[in-house]
Amino acid sequence: MDLSAINPILFVAGFLIAATPLIFAAIGELVVEKSGSLNLGVEGMMIVGAICGFATAVETGSPLLGFAAAAVGGALLSLLFAFLTQVALANQVASGLALTLFGLGLSALLGQSYVGIKPPRLGDINWGPLADIPVIGPILFTHDIILYLGLVLVIAVWAMLKYSRMGLVLRAVGESHDAAHALGYKVKRIRTAAIMFGGACAGIGGAYISLIRVPQWTEGMTAGVGWIALALVVFASWKPARLLLGAYLFGGITQLQLNLQGAGVAIPVEYLAMSPYVITIVVLVILSRDKSAAPASLGRTFHASS
Amino acid sequence: MKLTSLLTSAALALGLATTAMADDKTKVGFVYVGPVGDGGWTYEHDKGRQAVEAHFGDKVETVFVESVAEGPDSERVMTQMALDGADLIFTTSFGYMDPTNNVAAKFPNVKFEHATGYKRLHPNVSTYSARFYEGRAIQGHIAGKMTKSNIIGYIASYPIPEVIRGINSAYIHASKVNPDVEFKIIWAYTWFDPAKEADAAKALIDQGADVILQHTDSTAPQAAAQEAGNVVTFGQASDMGQYAPFPRVSSIIDDWAPYYIARTQAVMDGTWESMDTWDGIGPGMVGIGEISDAVPADVKAEALAMKAALADGSYHAFTGPLNKQDGTPFLADGETADDGTLAGMNFYVEGIDAEIPQ
Amino acid sequence: MSLATPLLAVVATMVFGGALFAVLGKDPVQAIATIFWEPLFGEFAFFYRPQLLIKGAPLVLIAIGLSLGFKAGIWNIGAEGQYIMGALFGAGVGLAFYPMESAFIFPLMVLAGAFGGWLWAMIPAILKVKFGTNEILVSLMLVYVAEQFLASMSLGLLKNPEGFGFPGSRNLQQYASAHNAELITGTGMHWGIVAALVAVIFAYVLLARHQLGFAIRVTGEAPRAARFSGVNPTRLVLFCLGMSGVLAGLAGMFEVSGPAGQVTIDFNVGYGFTAIIVAFLGRLHPVGILLAGLLMALTYIGGDIAQSQLGLPAAAIQVFQGMLLFFLLALDVLTNYRLRFGAGEVV
Repeated sequence: MDLSAINPILFVAGFLIAATPLIFAAIGELVVEKSGSLNLGVEGMMIVGAICGFATAVETGSPLLGFAAAAVGGALLSLLFAFLTQVALANQVASGLALTLFGLGLSALLGQSYVGIKPPRLGDINWGPLADIPVIGPILFTHDIILYLGLVLVIAVWAMLKYSRMGLVLRAVGESHDAAHALGYKVKRIRTAAIMFGGACAGIGGAYISLIRVPQWTEGMTAGVGWIALALVVFASWKPARLLLGAYLFGGITQLQLNLQGAGVAIPVEYLAMSPYVITIVVLVILSRDKSAAPASLGRTFHASS
Repeated sequence: MKLTSLLTSAALALGLATTAMADDKTKVGFVYVGPVGDGGWTYEHDKGRQAVEAHFGDKVETVFVESVAEGPDSERVMTQMALDGADLIFTTSFGYMDPTNNVAAKFPNVKFEHATGYKRLHPNVSTYSARFYEGRAIQGHIAGKMTKSNIIGYIASYPIPEVIRGINSAYIHASKVNPDVEFKIIWAYTWFDPAKEADAAKALIDQGADVILQHTDSTAPQAAAQEAGNVVTFGQASDMGQYAPFPRVSSIIDDWAPYYIARTQAVMDGTWESMDTWDGIGPGMVGIGEISDAVPADVKAEALAMKAALADGSYHAFTGPLNKQDGTPFLADGETADDGTLAGMNFYVEGIDAEIPQ
Repeated sequence: MSLATPLLAVVATMVFGGALFAVLGKDPVQAIATIFWEPLFGEFAFFYRPQLLIKGAPLVLIAIGLSLGFKAGIWNIGAEGQYIMGALFGAGVGLAFYPMESAFIFPLMVLAGAFGGWLWAMIPAILKVKFGTNEILVSLMLVYVAEQFLASMSLGLLKNPEGFGFPGSRNLQQYASAHNAELITGTGMHWGIVAALVAVIFAYVLLARHQLGFAIRVTGEAPRAARFSGVNPTRLVLFCLGMSGVLAGLAGMFEVSGPAGQVTIDFNVGYGFTAIIVAFLGRLHPVGILLAGLLMALTYIGGDIAQSQLGLPAAAIQVFQGMLLFFLLALDVLTNYRLRFGAGEVV
């Protein structure tokens, strides 16, 4: 065992990257849930984003265009969910699961000719002298622009929810759709917009995996990140700042586990791999004392005549 | 069981009909555990299937079903292929072992080939596997020569004999040319999770490894190594030539095509027999991808010499003297490991500073 | 009235799915016929019909349990985890007796399987009752915990000592006392299918005739009214989650001791999640669920046949199944445009 082998600076820089797909998917889902919808199709939207982004980046040679395409792909897929739940008033749990099934199949069809190709690489931002600052430099100033965009997005969502009129309306719709409706807000339109925002974010998160973290295309490559994102939203009790913390914790546990193994520490891998889920349950129990945490209308169907 | 006899008689009756009908074409079925687009294990088996089609042209018809879960689903798919008149069925995952034998009992006229297993309960079942550890020996040799930090990272999947054998083989040959070499082993507990593989590679690189060996199938570790800049990798399952000449300096390729063509030919000729095949570099089941120019010429020559010696059988990758990790003797001087020991290998050799997770 | 919409959905799926297959260069009519006709009435229907039961039984068994909760607005989406735990407990008990032969072993395994599923479902139930924790999320998280537990068991405690170090337990099909064998040869009928049929009847009687069934329906449709009419919500949560856990556990146990035979790392193949869809396709009605389970099984089996006979990629089959669900969900609610499922409180 040699714990000194673990370099804390590289370790932290590593899990900033590992957490980014989670951050995108989870911040999108957070907005969706704040508006009162529960979309369990995150995994499906991520994988569709992953292939849309990958294919576009390969065809155009531009990773940034790839990310844009991923956002569009994710948002388009989420429209299906919006139609089912907002127009057809179908059950949200079943619709979300169907979306994941559909997305996994669709992405595999789209990606058939992209196996074994290397995508164009998105370079890191050049921060100049900032990158030379000891400790902080290598941790904070050695990344690509999408990673920073993720952080900006979290702050933007936080500010939007807290300070803007848009955030107020969104929360009102999520807390009590009947009251919001009575006040004259278009509940369905607002929720549809939120769902599409969630789809776009999940798409970018998926593309971050296929274009930056891995980078390659293989079927089913998101391997469950979408489900972890769902857990993360709850873990964060629908608060953007805690979401960021949670993403680093979730990403960090995997990183720590791998690093400890590399350092020769014999750990029960399966039990450590369980731990993020067990921790989430514990957090849920603690949070449940605070009844205000979850949007009150979460998962409930809204129909104006009822 | 009565169902068996019922199905057998039905199959026999149908078998007579179908063989009469399809006498001119040999039908070969493939059951895959993953999608053909996985870029690794299943992808290579499917390339073998395509090679069979290319080789025999109109004389064969191949069919396949992908992403078949182990258990009852696989049993159903195999039965369905047999009913549809397949003459030969390749089942390409360890978990298909009992289902393959179950179905084989019902269709004595259909030949079954099960990859990586050990059960041949019926005369129409063969097993086949590849001696990937021979490729690991070459990797170990190159790795031991190339490492400057003397730390070699190893991304392992699950703690099973196949994987442990590969680690031992690589370690034996790395430490032979570089006694100071140290192996850092990470168990990913997955065959396929590109993001986790990338994380594992980064963790190893962060801890000073400048050579990464992988027993998982995605190119994620290659990309991580490329980004790090001065880290050597080897392709796994497929050539991963898109990362050549550096970081990928060579590769172990699963090449099932020669075997699949030979066995299909045997069925056509009526010479097919139940057997256990464990082929290595010699018969071409284990391919060694081109050793790139990033490897010094003398090391490359040594590696190629070892490849030739492994291929013609003059050298065995597990040749004594070797001790087990706990210091007890494993192989005496000049003794080579028998296949039984290799097949069930569940210990590290002396020198590896790690524990196999239990 | 409720029969027309599923039929319409199937027809719509055939049209759009056929278009997809045509785009992929396959004959759409032949593809659809292979998926829906071949397993039921084709040349080898004698083999596929029993397979439909084998594939459909765990789906129906789990979905029946889930539907009770869904009707009452109690959302167990972690049946996959309860299925795994049922299999582990059941197989664990069976393997503990190996190689003893006794008629008591199988009944004990059934009890253990039911207990395993029940135990795993009680975690979200008790947390919900005691702390008001959201059962959707807790039960979902527990799926991942159960999967890791399964990996640990197949690589460790339950590993076959004679398996040359490979992961996976002994095969229960080769251990007569623990084998959930076929009851009538050639029918595919095993105890799991019997249990699924019993569950359908049980649920039907419960919902139509029993006081508890009334409580479930009333809670789902009008929670406040339920409270006034004397329904004890705590007991209802414990019953619904417990019952769905028991049935999912039983499904896992019957599967591991019968068709699957072994505890392996990849033992679970998503029945617990597919069953959620089956429950909704069957409109939470026991008979509907039975039919939906068989329909789902049909698309799996027909899909595999289409892959092998026509060379359709597995992904196309997945998309096809996704379409079927979308149409069923969309059309089902469009026809009776009113609140049905959504009324229950999710959080």
